[in-house]
Amino acid sequence: MKKLILVGIALLSITTITAQSAEERGLQIANEADKADQGFNSSIVNLKMTLKNKNGQTSERLLITRTLEQSDDGDKSMIVFNSPKDVKGTSTLTFTHKIGSDDQWLFLPSIKRVKRISSNNKSGPFVGSEFAYEDLSSQEVEKYAYKFLEEKGNLLVVEQDPVDPKSGYTRRIVTYNKDKAYRLEKVEFYDRKNSLLKTLTYSDYKLYKGKFWRALTMNMVNHQSNKETQLKFTDYNFESELSEDDFTQVALKRAGK
Amino acid sequence: MKIKSSFLLLISFFQFWIYAQEEVKKVTHDFELELEGEYRYFYKDALFEGQKDHFPSLGITPEYSLEWNKGYESINFKGFFRLDVDDERTHWDIRELYYQKAKNNWEFSLGLKKVYWGVTESNHIVDIINQTDAVETFDGEEKLGQPMAQFTWITEKYGSFDFFYLPYHRKRTFSGRKGRLRFPVVIDKDDLAYESSAEEWRQDVAFRWKHYFSIFDIGLSHFYGTGREPLFTFDTAGNINAFYPVINQTGLDLQITHNAFLWKLESIYRHADTQDFFALVAGLEYTFSNIDGNGLDIGVLGEYLYDERDELAINALQNDVFFGSRIAFNDTKDTSILIGGIADLESSSKIFSLEASRRFGNTWTAEIEARVFSKIDTNEFILSNFSEDSFLRISISKYF
Repeated sequence: MKKLILVGIALLSITTITAQSAEERGLQIANEADKADQGFNSSIVNLKMTLKNKNGQTSERLLITRTLEQSDDGDKSMIVFNSPKDVKGTSTLTFTHKIGSDDQWLFLPSIKRVKRISSNNKSGPFVGSEFAYEDLSSQEVEKYAYKFLEEKGNLLVVEQDPVDPKSGYTRRIVTYNKDKAYRLEKVEFYDRKNSLLKTLTYSDYKLYKGKFWRALTMNMVNHQSNKETQLKFTDYNFESELSEDDFTQVALKRAGK
Repeated sequence: MKIKSSFLLLISFFQFWIYAQEEVKKVTHDFELELEGEYRYFYKDALFEGQKDHFPSLGITPEYSLEWNKGYESINFKGFFRLDVDDERTHWDIRELYYQKAKNNWEFSLGLKKVYWGVTESNHIVDIINQTDAVETFDGEEKLGQPMAQFTWITEKYGSFDFFYLPYHRKRTFSGRKGRLRFPVVIDKDDLAYESSAEEWRQDVAFRWKHYFSIFDIGLSHFYGTGREPLFTFDTAGNINAFYPVINQTGLDLQITHNAFLWKLESIYRHADTQDFFALVAGLEYTFSNIDGNGLDIGVLGEYLYDERDELAINALQNDVFFGSRIAFNDTKDTSILIGGIADLESSSKIFSLEASRRFGNTWTAEIEARVFSKIDTNEFILSNFSEDSFLRISISKYF
């Protein structure tokens, strides 16, 4: 009888531990993933974005993304468009913040104007693609509340609930690969009505500097509109040694020209 | 044209110099060409003799850039040529031809360049470095290339400091006899005199400080030199006498970006021997984003315009209100529409405008523009001349 009680207590404590730690474990996984990607300093990459509508017609955008890692705040990034040609040189500079709104500037090359823009529009599509602005901004741990869902072999599935009420999602179901430095394999996005909106799959992973996993292909499928956007990354450069000087409004004008 | 040939010499010198460097393998070239077909139709009978109604036109914009040293050094060229029914609108220009070098926290540019200052939408009063290519567009956003040496010093704590040396003044373009949007007397741009005895070769300077902290973006500028706007005066016989005065202009531009609100302010104080005045544009822009869940953004804009010069203000915006809306579909074709109206608070004068654009295929774009002058007060010194110049414009561009 005593044994039975003990077993009962043990079982109870296990369940309470797991019940308590679904959030904690989710956060812990997010922190592990964040830590695994620390120390890349800066990168430059070419990106080809292919937009496909429901009839299968495609259009392309070419852009260059520069990223500068920040240790105590969100990363800084600069995106320069190379095509379509009528928007060539259009560029954005973004300072992401772990807490609060991001700072963002837009450079319009035709009139050489730098314009501070609102980062309020998180849920809107980035240049007509299936990626929302919030899908492409720096993924900071502080931006979500976490809940561990399940472990399937080397895959860990975590629910992430955006902290910002301006987000277009109620939740994201994120699949991490714990054997590959917690890289992302898949993200499912649920809209504000909590129905499945999009699925993002990561593939063609490549390891850089023996430490940093980068997916060279990302495919976003919108289940509600049947549209798709594919991102193809080429020429990842982790040796560029970019500095703060490359992420100023002056540098933004220079990059867009 | 002396200045242009010396820049050609300069470019060939730099090209030679680049190839002498070891970084040769890293030189990248880029050539772009835009061909534009345009049709402007002025649907009301002309006010002055000789003015036409239909203006088919052709524009060519070639661009070339040469980059090396990881993009920290470059030579940039942008030319422009327009062929039009109006002989004065048929013109060419070197919009840009400059060498640029950036290193750590400074940047240096030498040559013909375009620089933009300011935050407001309905009028750009702080923006003064480049002369307006007034025959190109009604909104004055097209500019002539300005010869300059520009040095920028960037600090993390105190923002960036721009120093400009401007050795040559360029005269504003004006419509010819056949053109619309002109005065009864056709102004030949070369007839306009200078206050300075050095004429276009007066050596001018400008300075600007630009910084941001949290939601504030602020710019403070000063220009000392020959003004970009001609000053109109009348002699006793009623003849127009126009010249370019030497001015001191201090400008302030401020934007507060708070959630979906952009609060904007531009203000200038201009001093010349013959004229002192204050002007400002203040307003806001609010964007309702992703309204339909498909990316539709609708922005609403409101601005108040004040100019102490009253009816002598060349842009006729002396005490006016602007309302507008910017609609962006955020689709794959980048479809966007800007509609607006400026109303004079002291008279019946109003100007309505519509600009819409979208892409076709990957290398074509189309644009529609309409400007409607409504109930223009006959007492308006400048605007009354344009009362019959409402127009529709359609343009199609092909990019190579």
